[in-house]
Amino acid sequence: MIQLEQFLILSSLIFSIGVIGIFLNRKNVIIILMSIELILLAVNINLVSFSYFLGDLTGQIFALFVLTVAAAEAAIGLAILVVYNRNAGNIEIENINSLKG
Amino acid sequence: MYYAIVFLPLIGFFIAGLLSFSHNNSKVDKAAQIITVSFISLAALMSAFAFIIHINDHSIIHIKLFDWIAVGSFIVSWSIYVDPVTRIMLIVICSVSALVHIYSIGYMSHDNSKPRFMAYLSLFTFAMLALVTADNFLQLFFGWEGVGLASYLLIGFWYKKSTANAASIKAFVVNRVGDFGLALGIFAIFYLFGTLDYQEVFYKAEALAAGTSNISSSIFFFGYEIGSLNLICFLLFIGAMGKSAQIFLHTWLPDAMEGPTPVSALIHAATMVTAGVFLIVRCSPMYDLAPDILSLITFVGATTAIFAASIGLVQNDIKRIIAYSTCSQLGYMFFAVGVGAYGAAMFHLFTHAFFKALLFLGAGSVIHAVNDEQDIRKMGGLSSYIPFTHMLMLIGTISLMGFPFTAGYYSKDAIIESAYLASSGFSSYAFIIGLLGVLMTSFYSWRLMFLTFNGTSRIEEKDISRIHESPNVMLIPLIILAIGALFSGYFFKDYFIGSNSELFWGNSIALHHHDEHHIPFLIYYAPMLLGFLGLFLAWYMYLKNKSIPGKIVKLNGPLYQFLLNKWYFDELYEFIFVRPAKAIGHFLWKVFDGRIIDGFGPDGIAKVVLDLSIRAKRIQSGYIYHYAFAILIGVSLFITYFIYRNL
Repeated sequence: MIQLEQFLILSSLIFSIGVIGIFLNRKNVIIILMSIELILLAVNINLVSFSYFLGDLTGQIFALFVLTVAAAEAAIGLAILVVYNRNAGNIEIENINSLKG
Repeated sequence: MYYAIVFLPLIGFFIAGLLSFSHNNSKVDKAAQIITVSFISLAALMSAFAFIIHINDHSIIHIKLFDWIAVGSFIVSWSIYVDPVTRIMLIVICSVSALVHIYSIGYMSHDNSKPRFMAYLSLFTFAMLALVTADNFLQLFFGWEGVGLASYLLIGFWYKKSTANAASIKAFVVNRVGDFGLALGIFAIFYLFGTLDYQEVFYKAEALAAGTSNISSSIFFFGYEIGSLNLICFLLFIGAMGKSAQIFLHTWLPDAMEGPTPVSALIHAATMVTAGVFLIVRCSPMYDLAPDILSLITFVGATTAIFAASIGLVQNDIKRIIAYSTCSQLGYMFFAVGVGAYGAAMFHLFTHAFFKALLFLGAGSVIHAVNDEQDIRKMGGLSSYIPFTHMLMLIGTISLMGFPFTAGYYSKDAIIESAYLASSGFSSYAFIIGLLGVLMTSFYSWRLMFLTFNGTSRIEEKDISRIHESPNVMLIPLIILAIGALFSGYFFKDYFIGSNSELFWGNSIALHHHDEHHIPFLIYYAPMLLGFLGLFLAWYMYLKNKSIPGKIVKLNGPLYQFLLNKWYFDELYEFIFVRPAKAIGHFLWKVFDGRIIDGFGPDGIAKVVLDLSIRAKRIQSGYIYHYAFAILIGVSLFITYFIYRNL
């Protein structure tokens, strides 16, 4: 039987991969979007496994909501990227710093 | 009438001052000139009238205009107080001022800001009138500062000339030293007597001297115990020294010649510089109670007389010679005051105003004629080109040297005789100096005359054709002054110093009587003889045998340099006061203000803010992963905090 701890370790590993993916990635915005997906999935794993082990369905329903929001977010993010690419000619992160002080 | 005398010049000042805002408008210029000249002439006529009708009764007219300051027991009123001393000052001020106003129309005809000039002259006249009509020390101080201001403005009238600016600042700063003394004196008077009103102060001073008053007879000043009256008189005398350019505080007067010549005639010969003499004569009841200070005044006055005359011997600038002459004559007035001959001092003030204003305006006419050349070495033989000016300057010169029956003859003799007869401290010193001074005065005046008007011309050929006699508007004031210089002594000697003096002065000054019969024959005629000796020496050295001056200079090189450089007073002051003051100023400016106050104050704070914002700016890099990292760190910290708080 797989224990709750193992789920939590898995989710925290995925979460860490996501976070590190955001920081270490210096090339591509799409990878940042993917990393954000990973973080959200790690949270989903947490929600679902707690829901299963505690016998409470609310967590699983909440995971479905998170998936929906994540899909919407990915759609918006990709749309922004397409527009940005059309304007700037590339999506290199190094070049996306026009908000600096 | 007295209202009009005092306030007409003020109105003239306001009108001319307003007109001065339009530039180069000949109609406006004319209007300003006519208004100021007519107002001041009116005042002059009225003051002459007042002088004549009251010549035999020493009535005092005292009008209180309004309370100026009323704080508790300290009440100072603005008033017009006219006694014989004031009447003399009124006629001197108003008449010389009116003549100078008229003369300026001609002298300043090529200038671009005539209304401004007329406005300043009128302002000066008003301030001087406020000074002499005061009935208390504070109004006197107002006038005192007012004339200082007007003098500053007029010396620096040609403000585009850097020497004129420097001279005006010098005049102001040196006068400030004297004014500081005067202000301290006034403080001391109020501290001791609790009032600034002349009459009350003199009354209380007499009670103090007689020991019938509860005012303390000594006062602590800088840790020394000094007699109250001595201290007050000394401090007031410091003020008088500054205004009247006595030795140590005289350096501003020769430099003040940078101003237009009418200004030199009005302010630096006839009126403002005599304010010091006026102050001491006005306070004569108090000075009579402080014989030590009178001795000091005698010493300072006599020293100034000889010192300035010795410098006058070798100067080459026509106006500077006359300026040193003024300084020297003021010295005469002061030692006359010092030996208690207040009447003689006022008499000399009166006659001196005429002949010195005449000399200055005459010099102005010469300068005007030779295209603003002031060096007498570059003149010569001018008498055939400008005969009128020559004649009028001749009158001024004989009056100054004390030629018999001219104005200067009576007044200067009176001073020297009183010095001979007096028995106070330094009076014999003053007497000897006075005689020597007569010789020097005569010599330098005639040297100036001979070098300017006689002999061969040393003017460049191309300039000779341009020499021209001055217009009538400049000559007529000269003629009036010449009449004054010739006859004012003869007509008024009985009133000032002679048989009618008691009737004339009344209680306005402290009178001392000497028996004139005790003067030996030789002493009586000595000033006149010495005057003629000076004339002869000047004639011999500058017209007859012209090689002598050069030889004397060669033989006495160091002495000549010493005199030519005005006893090195300017250099001495530069070394003692100006440079340290500059160094201190520089230190305070650069180190104290720049580094400390600005460094830690405004500049420092601004610098810190700038520094912080530059650092803060770096945080906002624009890279998403930086922000994300910051968010993550923040979240982790929060979580850690809440976890540990709940443990």
